[in-house]
Amino acid sequence: MVLKIFFPQCCNKADSGLLVGRWIPGQNSAVVLAVIHYPFIPGQVKQYIHQMRGQSGVDLTVLGSWSMPKEGQEGMESFLRDLSTIFPQGQWLQLSREMGKIGFRCHILTRDQNGKLVQQEKELKEENGVPDPQTESQLPQVFGTVCQSEPLFFLDKYDDSPVKLTHWQSEGREGSIIVELMKQASTPVCLLTTWILTLWTSLCSSRILNVRPMRFISSKLSTCVQLSYRTEHLQTVSSPTRASTHTHFMRKANIFVSFFVDVSLGLLLISWLYRENRIGKLANTLVPAADHVAKELEELLQWLMGAPAGLKMNRALDQVLGRFFLYHIHLWISYIHLMSPFIEMILWYVGLSACLGLTFALSLLSDITALLTFHIYCFYVYGARLYCLKVYGLSSLWRLFRGKKWNVLRQRVDSCSYDLDQLFIGTLLFTILLFLLPTTALYYLVFTMLRLVVVMFPGIFRSYRLAEGVKFRVLCEEPGTPLHLMMDINPLKVSSVIQTYRTTTYSCYPKDSWLALCKKLFLGELIYPWRHKTTKID
Amino acid sequence: MQNGNQQFIMEDETYTDIDGKAISLECQSHSGFCREFTVSSAKVSIGRVMVYTSAVWLSAYTIFFFTENTAVLSSAIIITLVGMMVHIHFVKVDHETLLIIGSLGVQVSSSYASGRESTDFIEMGKIKDIVINEAIHMQTVVYYLCILLKDPTDSDAVSCVVPLFQSSKPRLSCLVKVYKSCQDILAKC
Repeated sequence: MVLKIFFPQCCNKADSGLLVGRWIPGQNSAVVLAVIHYPFIPGQVKQYIHQMRGQSGVDLTVLGSWSMPKEGQEGMESFLRDLSTIFPQGQWLQLSREMGKIGFRCHILTRDQNGKLVQQEKELKEENGVPDPQTESQLPQVFGTVCQSEPLFFLDKYDDSPVKLTHWQSEGREGSIIVELMKQASTPVCLLTTWILTLWTSLCSSRILNVRPMRFISSKLSTCVQLSYRTEHLQTVSSPTRASTHTHFMRKANIFVSFFVDVSLGLLLISWLYRENRIGKLANTLVPAADHVAKELEELLQWLMGAPAGLKMNRALDQVLGRFFLYHIHLWISYIHLMSPFIEMILWYVGLSACLGLTFALSLLSDITALLTFHIYCFYVYGARLYCLKVYGLSSLWRLFRGKKWNVLRQRVDSCSYDLDQLFIGTLLFTILLFLLPTTALYYLVFTMLRLVVVMFPGIFRSYRLAEGVKFRVLCEEPGTPLHLMMDINPLKVSSVIQTYRTTTYSCYPKDSWLALCKKLFLGELIYPWRHKTTKID
Repeated sequence: MQNGNQQFIMEDETYTDIDGKAISLECQSHSGFCREFTVSSAKVSIGRVMVYTSAVWLSAYTIFFFTENTAVLSSAIIITLVGMMVHIHFVKVDHETLLIIGSLGVQVSSSYASGRESTDFIEMGKIKDIVINEAIHMQTVVYYLCILLKDPTDSDAVSCVVPLFQSSKPRLSCLVKVYKSCQDILAKC
């Protein structure tokens, strides 16, 4: 069985001393965490290791000895062998390295054979980088040991203590003042945020706001949807319980970072928008823009009522539909003109709400656009419903024309014998509908195009970065030395990150695939843009 | 006393891939239980690059002759450059490596013509076996080497198949050599 030793890169150049680490049970491998330098008192070393074992919960032991002799330090070999009697172990490792060579030499002494050199095939692995913990198999256990042995890394060789250590943090402790301060401040802030959020949710779920029409409107307006998502996120982040699993923790961190970025971008936007009275200018251009859109629509309808693209339309139906839509536009424009004195004030207050986040401001913008183009939506609905009815009627009467019927029970087409008067009326209606089809289809087509343009307008997306697995590289193969491998962290590709850690993505594209969309368009069914992808929990 | 079988076997024989193009296999034995296999495909041939570039530019010149619009020429140049960069960075695989370390795991890495490397490491605990599978595609039978992964819940079932040497697609003779070597190591641990 091959013996594997995981050795940190920093101890490569350390002075001679004792190896401290952990044997991984059942895998015949060991993780070296630190090197204790000479001089030391064995009793103090044993006491220190016992203390560390209690603090970290990791089964730390003295694994063996490490020697890198400098000039004038020969003759350590026998001294090192005698150490094995002081620290009783089942297996005692003796790693040594000569100056100028990369490879290590490794000897193993087993206790029962009492000092005989037992040669085994060995591998040596050097670690690099900061890992993240998991459970179960070998490599994750290695990383887990390193993470849990945090108390061991508090002392190093520059401290004035009886035990002098070298480990991966002795060149500089990792951490920052900001992080420490934030850790201290986080608990009271969390509690405060949770309290505010409970107030807010209780307000939202109060009876007044839960009446049917209000709920329908609030489920359609993307602002309200955004608000609810934000509340959900904040609740996840500010819950006082610690994250149970690693995925949970990463998701929390993701939400927090994204919220932070959002708010800062929103504040930037506000500072830009409120300078030089840009809000006023924006309000002043809004009403003329709506007027312009209405004028364009009127011209379009006049064109449709004439002979659009050379097609010949049914005059009567054309006039009816055209006049109906024109009256609609007229109503809408009057409404906009009624609102125009209040627009600037409304915009001013709405702009302030961007401090809740850039996505919030963008959702407000998309809501405003939706409200301003509401008449296009209405036209689309009328056109679509008419067309849908027509297609439905046509298909049913076509079946009658051929002498067939739709069997609702069996969900299939069956033959049927109709009476003569049924056939006569059916054929008449079919002909009428068929010849009126081009007119309705044209109106439907035009307004669906307009509607699709408006729907494809907004869209927001996000992504993050992380680390994935490990990768190995063969480092040194000098004969007489064990196999040396270098273990590095393998960074994650963006695509797998998005798959694993996605919370909610906001997308205003139709939820179904393109084929289903085309089918819906052909049949005249209504397209709803307000579908959001649900949270993917792993 | 050394118990080492630490020979450095470096073999460089010429094999072909399933399309008939020449590839090369390099086997390195770092120790008794650690071996590395590298399959290198043919490099980007300068003849093909020149043919494609000339074809694109000739058609661009013809269009320019009829339309007198210089934007056509600049767009042809940009398209050629961008296409070449995308090809060598994302599409063209230079060599693929399989590093098998007994009792630790298997590392599969592909390195692209621009130098980019994409690596994947699979632990030995998850590997059920390394086998040669047959794939029947239209009228041909293609052999490929693959790693079978264990199902975490049921240790007898296979949860996933990871195919190796996807871009170089070596033929059966080359695969058999790699397979025998891998089975040697898998049997030891």
